[in-house]
Amino acid sequence: MTGSKMSGADALLKALEQEGVDTVFGIPGGASMPIYDPLVDRSPIRHILCRHEQGAGHAAEGYAWATGKVGVCMATSGPGATNLVTPLADAKMDSVPIVAITGQVPTPVVGNDAFQEADITGITMPVTKHNFLVKDPADIVATVREAFHIASTGRPGPVLIDLPKDVLLADTTYRWHDNVTLPGYKPTTKGNQRQVVEAVKMILRAKKPVLYVGGGVIKADAHQELFDLATTGQLPVVTTLMARGVFPDSNELCLGMPGMHGNYTAVTAMQKSDLLVALGARFDDRVTGKLAAFAPHAKVIHVDIDPAEIGKNRVADVPIVGDCKDVIGKLAAELHKRQDEAGGPPDRSAWLGQLRGWQDEYPYRYPTDDGKLKPQYCVERLRALADDDTICVSGVGQHQMYASQYWRFEHPRKWINSGGLGTMGFAVPAAMGAKVGRPEARVVAIDGDGCFQMTAQELATSATEQIPFVTAILNNGYLGMVRQWQELFFDERYSGVWLDPNVPDYVKLAEAYGAVGLRVESTDEVDTVIEKAYSITDRSVVIDFRVDPGEMVFPMVPSGASNDDIIVGPESIQSTTDPGEAPIA
Amino acid sequence: MNGATLHTISVLVEDRPGVLTRVAGLFAARGYNIDSLAVGPTEAAGISRMTIVVNVDESPLEQVTKQLNKLINVIKILEHDPGTAVERELMLVKVRAEGDARARIMELADVFRVSIVDVTASTLTVEASGKPEKLEALRELLSEFGIVELSRTGRIALARGERGIRERVLKAAKAG
Repeated sequence: MTGSKMSGADALLKALEQEGVDTVFGIPGGASMPIYDPLVDRSPIRHILCRHEQGAGHAAEGYAWATGKVGVCMATSGPGATNLVTPLADAKMDSVPIVAITGQVPTPVVGNDAFQEADITGITMPVTKHNFLVKDPADIVATVREAFHIASTGRPGPVLIDLPKDVLLADTTYRWHDNVTLPGYKPTTKGNQRQVVEAVKMILRAKKPVLYVGGGVIKADAHQELFDLATTGQLPVVTTLMARGVFPDSNELCLGMPGMHGNYTAVTAMQKSDLLVALGARFDDRVTGKLAAFAPHAKVIHVDIDPAEIGKNRVADVPIVGDCKDVIGKLAAELHKRQDEAGGPPDRSAWLGQLRGWQDEYPYRYPTDDGKLKPQYCVERLRALADDDTICVSGVGQHQMYASQYWRFEHPRKWINSGGLGTMGFAVPAAMGAKVGRPEARVVAIDGDGCFQMTAQELATSATEQIPFVTAILNNGYLGMVRQWQELFFDERYSGVWLDPNVPDYVKLAEAYGAVGLRVESTDEVDTVIEKAYSITDRSVVIDFRVDPGEMVFPMVPSGASNDDIIVGPESIQSTTDPGEAPIA
Repeated sequence: MNGATLHTISVLVEDRPGVLTRVAGLFAARGYNIDSLAVGPTEAAGISRMTIVVNVDESPLEQVTKQLNKLINVIKILEHDPGTAVERELMLVKVRAEGDARARIMELADVFRVSIVDVTASTLTVEASGKPEKLEALRELLSEFGIVELSRTGRIALARGERGIRERVLKAAKAG
């Protein structure tokens, strides 16, 4: 097979194209200029010029979350590349498949402290699934193939390809490789049938089972298999922050979110359960609370594609390594078979009745009688006036928890946020990326005033590239989550958290960026303004919701406390928190 | 150093730039001290073998091993059972050797069946290979003469028996 002659940069773009890439988010620079030249007329790939490389990285993440495809971002060498470190770390923590392409100084000066040089493969080693420095143009195509394969298979994650300028400029011969050869990389995707049978026996014996569902089920596109398993076995489901939407909130088996700010029923169901079936979930400390006191009576079935997650925090009685789609499908099939033989699922009416009782007694709630504009209400109305296909994106902090609590999720890939790393500034660029990936869907970013100011410049990208979405700032004039902790655990000493709700003027700032700016100051304006915002589809809209700065996120399990000590609301704070055990974030 | 938590691990890796950093970085990121690390080529082209001796408890070691397995360039990991592994290390030690010390050092070298590889008017350089315990004993005895300089390779190890891990790995790779 003979290939055609072209530059390294042309080969790169052709390989990206052949991988199915239609969009790249990036910013050019000296070292990456060779890649930009063919983008003018020789490549069909759409390049979206972002305003900060961090924005480009989060946009690629948003695109990947919304579509299930690999997101791609691009930066030049040195500072351009280092600006990608945060989104790469974010994607690593949340298993988001992205490929980052960085320009590098020419090979003769690599390692020489050349202008705009940074050892980006060295810097990103701990925050990528893998990375490459390509020194020969003949390796470019194979490297792109390997990068996309690694990013999208097994436990997905970020991969970086670093390309020196001379390698991009050099002539090479384009040869597509059908097969990827990585002798050290063979993820186990098929679950062991014997373990599956063992797990189903345990499920049938359990009196108080809970399906503990994490983001891995979304990554594996296993929501139908999950629905089948849960409904067949009459198994209640908790969906972690990362898994919101993978099981419909409207289903009676859905208990919603567990964890530090989860609801009482989800948290307590796990605590009281006799069997936890962990599916693509990793027993994160924000879910377990104090590990030693977590679900003390529960046996554990742990399904994960990453063997390193199994047994990491909690010993698994039945470990199953494999892709969630395969394993959950097998679990459901085996359960069907055995229940058909037995004439139906075991009687779990007592357990399900108890759960329903808790749900009735302890719903999410917030004060509604003090006349103040409540952030929770804003989220409820933003959701109520949107359709089920709307994609909700959040930053990190109180607003993120309100969004995960008060938005109602019915479908997977409608909820995008930064879970593991907790990256402030995630929402605006990720919403932009989601809109590019799913242009037909409405995208609503629920952001905090602190978060918004970290990446708001991507509104300029949204305006010039015509990528319209709605940003709802829950503006309380504070770094709200830190303020909440200072109130609860640091004697209300509010150090370094006040932002001033009037600076900047978010309405004027939105307009300066070519978006529409709207403001809501009281509860009775909420619906009118949201309806107006939703009626604008040709431009981005920013709504400045002036919410009650004193509002806090409840329920809450203080960091380091047991989930048994869940604080349901402000009235129970005094009795359950010990200032001597002030948590560290 | 607590012998109960010393583990010897063999890691077969692709011979590529940066692999050593990736492997060592995994230990460093978790704050574990590597006692020794020896790297060299294997019988197969493109595959290097690292022998890592690390002082960790069983449970974090399992986690580190699993994380090592996730590195794309890592092909196979084997933890050696001390009872069924051949473990060796090489040591060069330059000792002060004046007066009657010279004869006593040569006598020691004889007993330990190690060689003198360099001689000056005031020093002798001893080359010793063997189990780390033997080298430790020799070093202890030589230290009374005054050690000028010492260099050790770190441990390398192979499992006893006729089969090798690479053979098994290649079979598994073909089957998979």
